Amino acid sequence: MMKVLKPLIAVIVLALIPYVGITYGKLDFVFAIVIPYASAAILVLGMLFRLIDWIRRPVPFRIPTTCGQEKSLDWVKTNPLESPSNPFMAAVRVLSEVFLFRSLFRNTKAELHGGPKLVYGSYKWLWLGGLAFHWSMLVIVIRHARFFFETLPLPVELIEMGDRFLDVTVPAFYLTDALALAAITFLVLRRLSDEKMRLLSLSTDYFPLFLFGAIAAIGISMRYVTKVNVMPVKALALTLAKFGFDAPEPIGVLFYVHLFLVCVLLAYIPFSKLVHMGGIFLSPTRNLPNDSRAKRHKNPWNPDIKFRTYAEYEDEFREKMKKAGLPVEKQ
Amino acid sequence: MSNKYALKPDELKKEFEQKKPRIPKGEFAGKDWWDLPVEFRDGNWCFPAKPEVLDELHFANPRKWAATDKDWQLPAGWEKTIRDGMKDRLKRFRSFKVFMDSCVRCGACADKCHFFLGTGDPKNMPVLRAELVRSVYRNDFTTFAKILKNFSGSRTLTADVIKEWHMYFHQCTECRRCSVFCPMGIDTAEITMMVRELLNLIGVNNNWILAPVANCNRTGNHLGIEPHTFEQNIMSMVDDIEELTGVTVNPTFNRKGAEILFITPSGDVFGDPGVYTMMGYLLLFHHIGLDYTISTYASEGGNFGMFTSNEMMKKINAKMYHEAKRLGVKWILGGECGHMWRVVHQYMNTMNGPADFLKEPVSPITGTKFTNAKATKMVHIAEFTADLIKHGKLKLDPKRNDHLRTTFHDSCNVARGMGMFEEPRYVLNNVCNVFHEMPENTIKEQTFCCGSGSGLNAEEFMDIRMRGGFPRASAVAHVREKHKVDSLVTICAIDRASLPPLMRYWNPGVTVYGLHELVGNALVMKGEKKRTEDLRENPMAGFGEDDDDE
Repeated sequence: MMKVLKPLIAVIVLALIPYVGITYGKLDFVFAIVIPYASAAILVLGMLFRLIDWIRRPVPFRIPTTCGQEKSLDWVKTNPLESPSNPFMAAVRVLSEVFLFRSLFRNTKAELHGGPKLVYGSYKWLWLGGLAFHWSMLVIVIRHARFFFETLPLPVELIEMGDRFLDVTVPAFYLTDALALAAITFLVLRRLSDEKMRLLSLSTDYFPLFLFGAIAAIGISMRYVTKVNVMPVKALALTLAKFGFDAPEPIGVLFYVHLFLVCVLLAYIPFSKLVHMGGIFLSPTRNLPNDSRAKRHKNPWNPDIKFRTYAEYEDEFREKMKKAGLPVEKQ
Repeated sequence: MSNKYALKPDELKKEFEQKKPRIPKGEFAGKDWWDLPVEFRDGNWCFPAKPEVLDELHFANPRKWAATDKDWQLPAGWEKTIRDGMKDRLKRFRSFKVFMDSCVRCGACADKCHFFLGTGDPKNMPVLRAELVRSVYRNDFTTFAKILKNFSGSRTLTADVIKEWHMYFHQCTECRRCSVFCPMGIDTAEITMMVRELLNLIGVNNNWILAPVANCNRTGNHLGIEPHTFEQNIMSMVDDIEELTGVTVNPTFNRKGAEILFITPSGDVFGDPGVYTMMGYLLLFHHIGLDYTISTYASEGGNFGMFTSNEMMKKINAKMYHEAKRLGVKWILGGECGHMWRVVHQYMNTMNGPADFLKEPVSPITGTKFTNAKATKMVHIAEFTADLIKHGKLKLDPKRNDHLRTTFHDSCNVARGMGMFEEPRYVLNNVCNVFHEMPENTIKEQTFCCGSGSGLNAEEFMDIRMRGGFPRASAVAHVREKHKVDSLVTICAIDRASLPPLMRYWNPGVTVYGLHELVGNALVMKGEKKRTEDLRENPMAGFGEDDDDE
């Protein structure tokens, strides 16, 4: 399974880079300051480029996938979310995809039974695993904001408090740490255990999962096992938040591996399938209202097409038409 | 049913029994999808367009060839044509670009495609179908993925890739079922449309699509019916109606000043069982005294241009507004059809509008304003009829359909490219007494294609059609066993042509009907004679000579 091994090796090699760089090269400044700025710049500029690149391409036709009754006669019950008749409901539809993975919630699993006949079972695991993964990641990212602020903004504090309500370890246990690891494990195993998934998965599907997994695992071990001193980490984060260039105080090498892998991830996003975080907003099958018969959608490059006019048609068939008693324009 | 282009039903059933509960067919452990062979054999490819058809359309590379040929005689420089074509389409269609970029290969679409469910061929999983193009896109249009070629699953465009595209983008009916389940909203129909455009640039095509396109351009309809024959056909239905009901309906043709132009797929004029649906329309219009006309020029509702290129779709569609303007009608009423309605609903006004010369559609019988069609000015017959029934304008006797136990097949395009689910059900429930829904995973937005849509209804494609139609047939079998359903009602002309052979193959004894055929059966016409037979001259239950006292 080279498709799986290659990205695994890639992540291990990537993890070794800061280890060697810090331990033998004393390149603290590079890994603490230079690379984080560089990767953040790549992420921001890269995503901006991708978004602008998408947005400047026209949407010639209004092609929502209608998953519910359109707005038609007054007495027919419509489905405003799955067949939105206005831009507001289309926006709600997109947001329901972004925050709730609405389409994935429909997921089923088909099986061939005797007869033969096809049977469809509900299969929400992908929805649940995906949702757990994405939401945990979001909460974890928000939680990390505490490093970048002198005083913690209230929303961040609330999210953090919620995340550690299961106060069972010292330091307090974060629910999302466990959820993220479990979800990543599920998502990897799902790709490996199903023959269809094995065939359709590419190295570039495993790579980000391994990368996320490594980042999470190292982060967790820093918090609960090696218990890295957070003071210099916070100092570094504050420096970065102020766009400063002060060399960091010594921090454990594990932290640098964690940070470096995060930097790789950030820089990788704009060039990979991870751009789906932007693409989902721009999918014309979801973000347009189903109103193309009520309101004309314009195509900026609508081509001028010569079609066969009635006059040309009549010219060819006039005699036959007359014979059949069909009205004609010219005698 | 025996046919050299398809297995016998028992042989295919055996194949399914052997692999159950698996959907995939064959073993591919340790293999990459791009290593799996592409084999053209009897029943899995459509004949290419004849040279004279291409000449008539001014399309590229007319020649005699077959998909089973080793050398497809692609034109010199075809790689550049494809690459430039891709670049151009990526620039003009945000959909294409976003769909190339944002798939995460989550696999939710994998077992949603009727062709995958029926063939078990992994390249029929929508995600892999798209990857056939994405792999080339990554190689030619993204630097990063090109560097990491093997890692990112990129590959070079070769003649074998073209063969693979031809096979698998003609094993997609543009039904959009996968797009319902995709968390990114990626629509394989859109990708298939792009690839078919590209393939047409180098003369890789399908005669069952391009011959109707050429016909439609010349005679106004896919079947190539010339005006006098078109009129004669409908007039012979008028005779049949008179014989059956004693009522003389009086359709007019190319009549200026009519209030409404009626356009329906030519299959309703020429094909069995579409003609019975046409008889239903004629009875309905007579019943309500509609001021309408039928055009022999805009004599096609369907649009095989949609399966060719957006330019061809526009060209063929242009006749509708052109003719409506010439005749000076107020608005257009459209018959039962699938892809016709995706074109009318999502493309027509954009391509050939604005239709300022028409009026906002208002039902002359009920006064209802069809505000949902106020810009395009074209109303679906099911919307129109549902409104008539709601206002009590039709005298219906649903008992006249008591000899039928019905279920309803949502057509892909009307379902997922328009969103009309309730009106046809409302009409059906008012014209018959026995109606049972198929399982919920197989209807409405999750409906399964007949397996022959998007120009794949060719005889020589029978193996793939019977496999692709299996999910639909399986759902029909379910209601047949459970509720003794024997009548499959549709609102699509392709369905009316393709579902009968599918039913003969998988569910013998199930008959396919158009919705308005049942309306025609149920309509109590003024001055009619005693009706004992339905429009097909089959006896109705409880209306025979012996049933007089009931």
